[in-house]
Amino acid sequence: MRGRLILLLLVAALVLLPLGLKNYGIYLLSLWAISTVAALGLNLTLGYAGQVSLAQAAFVGIGAYVSALLTTNGVDFWVALPLAGLLCFVVGLLLGFPALRVQHHYLAFVTLGFNVLVFLVLRNEEWLTGGSYGVSDIPRPAVFGFATDRPLAFYYLTLGFLAAAGLALWLLVRSPWGRAFTALRENPMRAASLGIDIRTYTLLAFAIGSALGGLAGAFYAPLVEFIDPTPFHPAASLALLLMVAVGGSGYFFAPFLGAALVILLPEWLRFSEGLYLMLYALLVMVLMAYCPSGLCGLWVRFQARMRARGAGLAEGGRP
Amino acid sequence: MEQLAQLVISGLATGSIYALAAMGFTLLWQASGTINFAQGEFVMLPAFIILAGMEWFGLPLYASFLLALLISSLLLGLAFKRMLVDPMIRHGVLPLIIATIALGIFLSEGVKTFYSAEAQPFPDLLPEGLFRVGGVVVSYHDIGVMAVALVLIIALQLFLSRTMTGRAMQATAQNPETARVLGVNIERMILYTFVINAVLVTVAAILVTPVYLAKFDNGASLGLIAFIAAIVGGFNQMRGALLGGLLIGVINNLTVAYLSAAYRDAIPLILLIVVILFKPEGLLGRREERTV
Repeated sequence: MRGRLILLLLVAALVLLPLGLKNYGIYLLSLWAISTVAALGLNLTLGYAGQVSLAQAAFVGIGAYVSALLTTNGVDFWVALPLAGLLCFVVGLLLGFPALRVQHHYLAFVTLGFNVLVFLVLRNEEWLTGGSYGVSDIPRPAVFGFATDRPLAFYYLTLGFLAAAGLALWLLVRSPWGRAFTALRENPMRAASLGIDIRTYTLLAFAIGSALGGLAGAFYAPLVEFIDPTPFHPAASLALLLMVAVGGSGYFFAPFLGAALVILLPEWLRFSEGLYLMLYALLVMVLMAYCPSGLCGLWVRFQARMRARGAGLAEGGRP
Repeated sequence: MEQLAQLVISGLATGSIYALAAMGFTLLWQASGTINFAQGEFVMLPAFIILAGMEWFGLPLYASFLLALLISSLLLGLAFKRMLVDPMIRHGVLPLIIATIALGIFLSEGVKTFYSAEAQPFPDLLPEGLFRVGGVVVSYHDIGVMAVALVLIIALQLFLSRTMTGRAMQATAQNPETARVLGVNIERMILYTFVINAVLVTVAAILVTPVYLAKFDNGASLGLIAFIAAIVGGFNQMRGALLGGLLIGVINNLTVAYLSAAYRDAIPLILLIVVILFKPEGLLGRREERTV
């Protein structure tokens, strides 16, 4: 009950907050919403299927370029969006299939390599991607005839996208199919003995996670209105992975928290970028050593302790 | 034909540096199950320690190199094991992978913030100049790199196979339980492995940096090459890492000359995917028995 109230308050805050912000603040919130979707996809791969993917930025990049190239050539955004998702889903299947045949950490190397490859293609194939010059003048989509050219309108669009993606994932994780994922993570041997095909489920989790990255990319292109290969460098994939890990991989709300920590907090603290990244990397290392389930896990642990203390007091004062 | 020979020789030189990093990577994996995603940054950092020693304390190159060996052993060997790997290893592989990724970012951002974001020229320990062998132009530098790497690799092999400590280290890597029963101090052996890795990356740093210049983000591509070399050769074999490193060095050179300079980083990746598809245990690797 209290959880729902908090959720409602947070949603209200997200809807009302930008009304008091300047354009740059609204842009950051939109970026947060889009990054959260990309991180939600990664959380499915990392948190539920227990696989390290280091190519999420590449999928965001593929989605962004599909959306940018199609919409600048007159195709409607709402046609480009599902195409971006579908392409990333298929690429995810093709990439995950060889990697998941063997030991679990191989996916990490293969995906990191894939990200390098995508980055090279984006930078070198000027005829298609414009190379380092990128693609400019990306139009913003219209929703039922309403233009979203203004920052606030586009922010509400991204917020709606985040809500839809979040809801879909929430339902997915709670479906019998999603429960198989959790079983897989908790005890793969037992899951296999119950007839869950580990490889197929892991592969699908990876492909769906990649598709979410692509969809996020499709929204990223019209947000910034100009894209070049830089934001899709492998380093961005590492940042996305840490986002999920710091929030607490496997917790539903981890991506929301992690993305806020990476995108909103540094602006607010006004740190230099390098110093902030160092502190952030340090936080990840400390968390991994003492609480690998991240900030969400820390919160759950804290709550459990408070509850235990409360129960102890009720029983007669012994904590 | 002469050109091909030249390309192969200089590829072998670069490849032997990759092999050093890949062997360290494999050693850590064998001894403690650590997949070090910061291995590339581990090669980047000693180069800056050497530069700092020369610029801040006015040391000559070789003294600065010795200083870097010492600091690397303490920082990338001892401290890395005690402060990061030890508290984490009980949580399994995944948190450690994420933590080493974070460590890589920490190191490269640290160098960028506190030293410089620009590429720094780096002095060369090895002689310059070229000589000809039957029409093939060879640089002293390449020969020097190969010689240093070879001496180090042979010394390491002799240490591992001929000395009591080295054999105890191998026993620890192969079967820690039995090694413990036989009275091997496992913790100490694993620590030695981490120190050896620190020495390997420091030597790799002094060999590779004069070619590429010292830059904070050098680690990313070097690390990836080290992983690929280790996997292609065989993740559980030192010889595999050596072969993988040399192979990638040569392939890189041939790609640039005959295929495309823009895609030189792509060919090793394709090699990686082919190996994973058709021979996942690596060219020289054994299949790992699964422990349930």
